[in-house]
Amino acid sequence: MNYFIGIDIGSTCAKTIVMDSDKKVLHRMLQPTGWSSLDTAEAIREKLEQLGVPTSESAIVATGYGRISVPYADKSVTEITCHGRGACFVHGSENLTVIDIGGQDTKLIAVESGIVKDFIMNDKCSAGTGRFLEVMANTLALRPDELCRLAAQGGNTSISSMCTVFAESEVISLIGRGEKKENIAFAVVDSIVKKVASQAGRLTLGDKVCLTGGLCEFDYLRESLSRQLGVAVETDPDGRYAGAIGAALCAYNIRK
Amino acid sequence: MSYDLPAKFEEFSEARRQGFLRVKQVKENGGKVAGIFCTFTPTEILDAAGFISVSLCGMSNETVPAAETQLPKNLCPLIKSSYGFALTDKCPYTYFSDLIVGETTCDGKKKMYEMLGKLKPTYILHLPQGHDSDPVTVWTAELRRFIAFLEEKFNLTITDEALRQAARQRNAQRQAHMKLMELQKQTPPPLGGMQMYATMEGTGFMFTHEDRVNKLNQLRESVEANADRSAFAGAKRILVTGCPIGGVLQKTVKAIEENGGVVVCFENCSGIKAAFQMVDTEAEDIVKAIAQRYLQIGCSVMTPNTERMKLLPKLVEEYKVDGIVEVDLQACTPYCVESFQIKQLCEQINIPYLAVETDYSTGDSGQLATRLEAFLEML
Ligand code: SF4
Ligand code: SF4
Repeated sequence: MNYFIGIDIGSTCAKTIVMDSDKKVLHRMLQPTGWSSLDTAEAIREKLEQLGVPTSESAIVATGYGRISVPYADKSVTEITCHGRGACFVHGSENLTVIDIGGQDTKLIAVESGIVKDFIMNDKCSAGTGRFLEVMANTLALRPDELCRLAAQGGNTSISSMCTVFAESEVISLIGRGEKKENIAFAVVDSIVKKVASQAGRLTLGDKVCLTGGLCEFDYLRESLSRQLGVAVETDPDGRYAGAIGAALCAYNIRK
Repeated sequence: MSYDLPAKFEEFSEARRQGFLRVKQVKENGGKVAGIFCTFTPTEILDAAGFISVSLCGMSNETVPAAETQLPKNLCPLIKSSYGFALTDKCPYTYFSDLIVGETTCDGKKKMYEMLGKLKPTYILHLPQGHDSDPVTVWTAELRRFIAFLEEKFNLTITDEALRQAARQRNAQRQAHMKLMELQKQTPPPLGGMQMYATMEGTGFMFTHEDRVNKLNQLRESVEANADRSAFAGAKRILVTGCPIGGVLQKTVKAIEENGGVVVCFENCSGIKAAFQMVDTEAEDIVKAIAQRYLQIGCSVMTPNTERMKLLPKLVEEYKVDGIVEVDLQACTPYCVESFQIKQLCEQINIPYLAVETDYSTGDSGQLATRLEAFLEML
């Protein structure tokens, strides 16, 4: 086997990682998931071929909510196991708590000795997820990253509703009342952070807490999460690939 | 005597129409039907009174919208579904029942029974919910009051001997059920949880004691005779606890069994919790013996629910369980609250535990499957 590939098809973004036999990352790919996971998977396959990584000579593990839509994968593994393993790899530690704020769900994963020991995943509702942030950013005519940057300058405002639909109307009425944009942005981030922290309360946090997934690049979110949890939440530039990296690591167990 | 079919009968599916005709037949042959909802219902008394008892627990989302015209959205789906069936005349057993018997268990059911009582003749048994006072005396008196009610209302006599005979039969059925379930102690287990559940459910709709015992014994014998144990070789052994799960089987038990697990033990209603305690048929006071038997049920409507805390660790040992999955129905206060204590118990006995809360819709199937799959990967 020449290549070990992890494909993480999330609700908004698909991440692909290619590793060689020494677990060195050769390629990272990122693309929007679009309407059809199957089409996305096919687009990924074509790109891999172009990069000179034939899927036929690779061990492939798919993860994420679209994991069942990758016909050429050898195996599918849940994003919980993959994020746990991937975060260990990225952060060089076998004992940590992973917070992954994904597009449609938020996961908290406790890893001990490299093995997932416990996890929490939000129920049906989208409170405290990337989706929540996206909807609120849209309402404020901002990009999610802009919203987070702006939030750093705001304060003294809060949104009480956890439900995305109700929270959106709260935001609209705040706009109507002439509340400053940065204050509303602050309230949005604050709401996500509080929701995640309340979920974290049900899990015993390890010494090291890491944020993975698409939102890990938003500094202000990370800082405010650290403050709320009372621990320094760490991130890594590869954090958003944690799921795909974990999947690629799972691919080493495949015998062909 | 002849009985009318519901007004919408012709619109029903073939299977449902058959169900109606079957119960109609029973009634026209002089049978009396009692609709029941709970493991606490003292079926021995109904047996002795010559009633056929059938569970009316709603397990389908179909009637939830109708129920929600009168009941709040944020209520346990079992309660909504059951009430919806009564409102829409879609369940033959509810429709034809001569009497519905309910207990004061959770608040949602209690209040729903008040409304059900306006649609159908309903009798409520007041279940004591603690172990500290003198629940046996209270519950025995309740059962006597129920016996007196049945005797008067239906003009019949319930003798002690009939009660003893009913208790013997119910014990035999419980034993047959236990024996079948105990097959799952083997490694690998001979049956999948889906199959086991289907048997339990099937016997609930059989009308005679013999049919039920025979069905249970037949299945056990056929499993014993069949040496092939390969279907679930290497699968993680899961114990399911929590609320009644007939309405969410596909997205819980099936999802577990499609992702590398096998349910070897159901601790919940229609599993061990409902079957392992026997009535002392030789006791001097048979009504009291029946009362005592039912008070041992470890349901979280009891406070504190010590029986469940005692039973779970024992089952984990006996069935060599790798992980516990608690399946709770949305907005079920007793179970959802108690879930934290079960989590702590599992930490003490060092067994992985996952709790999921769900309803009868299918919106969360994908998400649930991911959580169950991740739990199995973790074991
Ligand atoms: S869970 Fe409790 S209240 Fe519900 S049917 Fe079972 S024994 Fe009755
Ligand atoms: S599942 Fe819970 S809320 Fe629903 S009827 Fe049973 S005890 Fe009541």
